[in-house]
Amino acid sequence: MMWKWLHPYANPEISYHFAGKILPWCARLAFIFLAIGMTWALLFAPADYQQGDTFRIFYLHVPAAMLSMGIYLGMAIAALSSLVWQLRLADATAAAMAPIGATFTFIALITGAAWGKPMWGTWWIWDARLTSELILLFLYLGVIALHNAFEDKNLAGKAAGILALVGVINLPIIKYSVEWWNTLHQGATVSKLGQPSMTADMFWPFLVCFIGFSFLVAALICLRFRSEILNRNSMRPWVRELVANEVKAHAV
Amino acid sequence: MTQLSYRTAFGLIVKRDLMIAFRHRDDIINPLLFFVIVVTLFPLGVGPESTTLSRIAPGIIWVAALLATLLSLDRLFKSDYADGSLEQMLLSPQPIFILVLAKIVAHWLLTGLPLILIAPLLAVLLHLNEHSYGALMLTLLLGTPVLSLLGAIGVALTVGIKKGGVLLSLLVLPLYIPVLIFATSAIDTAAMNLPYNGQLAIIAAIFFASLTLAPFAVSAALKVSTN
Repeated sequence: MMWKWLHPYANPEISYHFAGKILPWCARLAFIFLAIGMTWALLFAPADYQQGDTFRIFYLHVPAAMLSMGIYLGMAIAALSSLVWQLRLADATAAAMAPIGATFTFIALITGAAWGKPMWGTWWIWDARLTSELILLFLYLGVIALHNAFEDKNLAGKAAGILALVGVINLPIIKYSVEWWNTLHQGATVSKLGQPSMTADMFWPFLVCFIGFSFLVAALICLRFRSEILNRNSMRPWVRELVANEVKAHAV
Repeated sequence: MTQLSYRTAFGLIVKRDLMIAFRHRDDIINPLLFFVIVVTLFPLGVGPESTTLSRIAPGIIWVAALLATLLSLDRLFKSDYADGSLEQMLLSPQPIFILVLAKIVAHWLLTGLPLILIAPLLAVLLHLNEHSYGALMLTLLLGTPVLSLLGAIGVALTVGIKKGGVLLSLLVLPLYIPVLIFATSAIDTAAMNLPYNGQLAIIAAIFFASLTLAPFAVSAALKVSTN
């Protein structure tokens, strides 16, 4: 079977240690890429001929916006696999992703407002993209709230997963309904395949920043995933052993 | 043991829910009263100029309909959950899809339909453009079932939670946005005497999509909630 290599990771203990192993690597890569990308983007990339230096917020705004949607998709995939294949750990992954996604959505909205003020002369307008990003934030908050409402975390994961899936079916509908409803936000600049409508010396720092943010998200997910596992398995012997070792290490 | 046909099971549940509701008439009347009162609040808040009112009338009626449906959603599964009959239904040999769909249909007959019947009266109070009445009725006819269907998902998810009321609105209202947008846009377009069948077709598409998919989500959610 082609999926057989995946089976050991259904064990929380193995997954916990695996996430612990890749966490430092993701964190290091995120640090390196973000350090290079941000310096390049903020200091050396050329200023926009029209927007001047204001446009540099783009290097934070666009990765955050893209990741906010990407994380939602990832959360929905995790929720689907937990519903279909009854993977408990997929629940934990989805639960780990929701607050991170909500934070990135929030960052995208805030930086968007900060960019909108000098460019459009207003913090907020009821434009298609802004509105759909705001609704995305509501969906995230709904998932988080539902997750918190249950005492039993396994049930909470399942319920939040169903909501995330309903949301992901609704997301394109919401997106297009809002888009036809009203629009001012500029079209996509980066994701146009083949020919990004920006020059290479602006595009490369963006790519580095984006990769850096992606690794940052991966590291954060690993971190939260580990604590989710510990939270759910707190009565298991291996967790107790882990805690006992930790206590011993700190006592010395 | 004889097994009920799907149609009989469906009919029995609809009939049962309607009968229960008619014995507690307040449950039907209160959301309607809420609808009327919310709509009357707007002219008091915004001012009585008929031009302003007729401009915002579609939005007011639709937002009030959303809120009224939201208030009435609780009844969908809550009492059945409390007295255990929901669990019995889930254990019955009939597919949950049928049972859930029957309950949603009954809910729509008890809230959506009265809303539609009373909406033209409120539209008169708000000086809705005379060309818009057809659009208002059609969007409500296609849109309110969507509200019941999507709302059922939210109720099914929160039915086991003690203080699920506020949470329910948090979960459900974002999902209602597309219907609101297309419905009000159809009514606005009709006011300009332009064809609005595009928007209507999209609402119909949303209606059929949720009619086929939402009961699955509801049954999955009910299984989680009743554990």
